[in-house]
Amino acid sequence: MSRIVRTGADFLYPAILIFGLYIVAHGHLTPGGGFQGGAVIATGGALVIVAYSYTEVSEWLSGKVLMGQEVIGLVGFIGVALLAFAFGQVFFFNYLNASGSLFGIPVPYGINAGELNTGGFVPLMNFSVGCEVWGGLTLVILYMLSGIRREES
Amino acid sequence: MIEQIPQILVLLGLIVSAVLTYYFKDLLAATLAAGLFSFLISLEFYILQAPDVAISQAAIGAGLTTAILIIAIRATGRYEEGSS
Repeated sequence: MSRIVRTGADFLYPAILIFGLYIVAHGHLTPGGGFQGGAVIATGGALVIVAYSYTEVSEWLSGKVLMGQEVIGLVGFIGVALLAFAFGQVFFFNYLNASGSLFGIPVPYGINAGELNTGGFVPLMNFSVGCEVWGGLTLVILYMLSGIRREES
Repeated sequence: MIEQIPQILVLLGLIVSAVLTYYFKDLLAATLAAGLFSFLISLEFYILQAPDVAISQAAIGAGLTTAILIIAIRATGRYEEGSS
């Protein structure tokens, strides 16, 4: 693509990345969550992939790294859920809720702006799903582009 | 009545962009019209107080689908051929 598109993609990619990570991190407070934030981040990745050529993109993004990200997300999701057995509870029990540790303070009473440090393991689930959707949707676009180059050469 | 004016405008824009997607022979323009359709329908979701669905629709419909279609147009031809 042209120089204008590439410069625009360079400027927009960090902003899209930060916004998507914001949606993932605030998934238990505001609209959005793991899937929506991961899809927003993958949109930024798609912008870079469309703007640059495949040889440049394949130096920055590797399919194995994206697939590993997907695997880390899925294993993290099921691992956090399975960790409830270690606390003597049932599957998917929210053992971090109101425990005082990570994301563990009780929800404040009354009207407030929303406390980020609440929700138990729900933010961890959001991070896992966000990581997985980020890898998966970017991988779709990357393989789509690699198919083109193989046909042309 | 006054609060229904944005909805009427969005629905008219939806119909116009869908008809444009059908009639364009330049496939890149048709893809951008389909992206406009996705953007407008995400706006309609937001007006109907479903911001969660609106974020999904804006990211998947207006972003990723348009990118996949543009890559497919780069791999094939830009103009529609055959039956007019």
